Amino acid sequence: MATLSERILGGPAGSYVDVKVDRAFAHDGTGVLTREAFCDMGCDGVKNPEGTYLFFDHIAPANNTTTATLQAELRSFARAKGLHFSEIGQGICHQLLAEGIVLPGEVVVGADSHTCTLGAFGAFATGVGATDMAAIWASGGTWFRVPETIAIRLKGRFTGAAEAKDLALAYVRELGMDGANYRALEFIGDGVEGIPMSGRLTCSNMSVEAGAKAGLFYSDGVTTGYLAGFGMEASRQEQEPCEYASEVEIDLPRLPPLIASHHRVDRVQEVAAMAGTPLDEVFVGTCTNGRLEDLERLARILNGKEVRVRTIVVPASRRVLVEATRRGIVETLLGAGCVVGIPGCGPCLGAHMGVLGEGEVCLSTANRNFTNRMGVGGEILLSSVATAGVSAIRGEVTVPEAEDVR
Amino acid sequence: MFGEGKAVCVGKDMDTDRIIAGRYLRTKDRNLWAAHVFEDLDPKLAGRLKGAVIIAGSNMGCGSSREQAAIALKTAGVAAVIAPSFARIFFRNAINIGLPLVECPLSCKDGAVVRFNLEEGWAELDGERCMARPLSPKMLEILRAGGLVPYWRNRR
Repeated sequence: MATLSERILGGPAGSYVDVKVDRAFAHDGTGVLTREAFCDMGCDGVKNPEGTYLFFDHIAPANNTTTATLQAELRSFARAKGLHFSEIGQGICHQLLAEGIVLPGEVVVGADSHTCTLGAFGAFATGVGATDMAAIWASGGTWFRVPETIAIRLKGRFTGAAEAKDLALAYVRELGMDGANYRALEFIGDGVEGIPMSGRLTCSNMSVEAGAKAGLFYSDGVTTGYLAGFGMEASRQEQEPCEYASEVEIDLPRLPPLIASHHRVDRVQEVAAMAGTPLDEVFVGTCTNGRLEDLERLARILNGKEVRVRTIVVPASRRVLVEATRRGIVETLLGAGCVVGIPGCGPCLGAHMGVLGEGEVCLSTANRNFTNRMGVGGEILLSSVATAGVSAIRGEVTVPEAEDVR
Repeated sequence: MFGEGKAVCVGKDMDTDRIIAGRYLRTKDRNLWAAHVFEDLDPKLAGRLKGAVIIAGSNMGCGSSREQAAIALKTAGVAAVIAPSFARIFFRNAINIGLPLVECPLSCKDGAVVRFNLEEGWAELDGERCMARPLSPKMLEILRAGGLVPYWRNRR
């Protein structure tokens, strides 16, 4: 009788375990220090190159000579060590691993805090720093303290204007920015089956914003169906009776659209309370909300309309961009006045492609609104794609209607 | 492992973006990170960190996995960081690069002398002592070696 984390890691909560890592990765941001630590350790070969990945997504393509030179070093390293290498424009690490690579039950460790995204598949997925990653590249494994688990019990189905992102903001508000520190989240309850894989990835993605080590969904028909679309066979995971550290219940039909502001992901209120706030930029994308379903929703809202504020759309992967192009989504977005960027992290981390000026306000579908993150003196508001879409049309924070999320 | 230093107080939920901003990450120059550490919180703070002990509020180091946050503090000369709780990635990063941490709540008084002992797991300031959750034997070993890189090299 154990939580999903306990089952995958093979020990009771509180114990220390050594585990084999099935998928290990870094990106252009964390890869530089990972490579340096790997070389400083005196290591030569990567233990499990088949399960090791290097993604270029954070500042991709490079914004200046320094970045480009660091990236050139990393490219050669990846080639020399035989790692899976993902070039600029292929997409965000977490999204690419969600496109038919990660399977239920795997241990996934990334040198990126949002690695928890992959918990949506029933994998134990968590972020570490560069030196930890170097040791994983060298040894093929790492140690963990098995986390206690907080249950997020979802009830019912969305019937209003809320979507998975609002649910994520709701549990972060409930738990606070460190309410799940050292713990895992498990999403359970009858509301789970109605949430598609794109929404589950959004929910798992935000786990770390409450401090959680991982955020897991049990693999079910939605999971196996999604992976079958990538030609992957996956097994289901049955929930066992187990002990949770605590439980948060969220009633999906009654959930209103939410927004985070004032530089804290847990400072969350109803969008209605901020309606009318003027915007300088709208950003739709990232590992939280840059998937095909997100772009499709945005296009439905913007179809035949015109945005009144600069609106940057960055698909989470090349596959998303190709499919969005094929379905006419990109054309609709361009027709509405949006710009569509190169698949990757975009301006989320404030390094390129849409940084904010002093005093500017951006409504973003990303996961973090820390002080100065997207530019010194800028403010970031976090919302769903539907809220971002209707707000882009008005140029100010606007409450979406139920039909906007259909 | 024990030490002491002058207290520098910072608040709770100190995210890694505020410890070292994203705009300084694309380099391998540790001194540059040290020079800009906590810049968005207080641009003068970096100059006061040599030999200092940072006393932070809860959830110290939340946010991104950037190890540069811990490296910036260590390179700036921080002797130890004390907080009631640390975000877990920052916690692992600090141990891995050999930056001592003590996880317990201690009232901070800027400039006062703080003493700490990692093996015994405590920190004290002005006669007030807080007791920490003990570090695992492996974490202590890594810290004693000066970080995971030297620890790994010694083991080979």
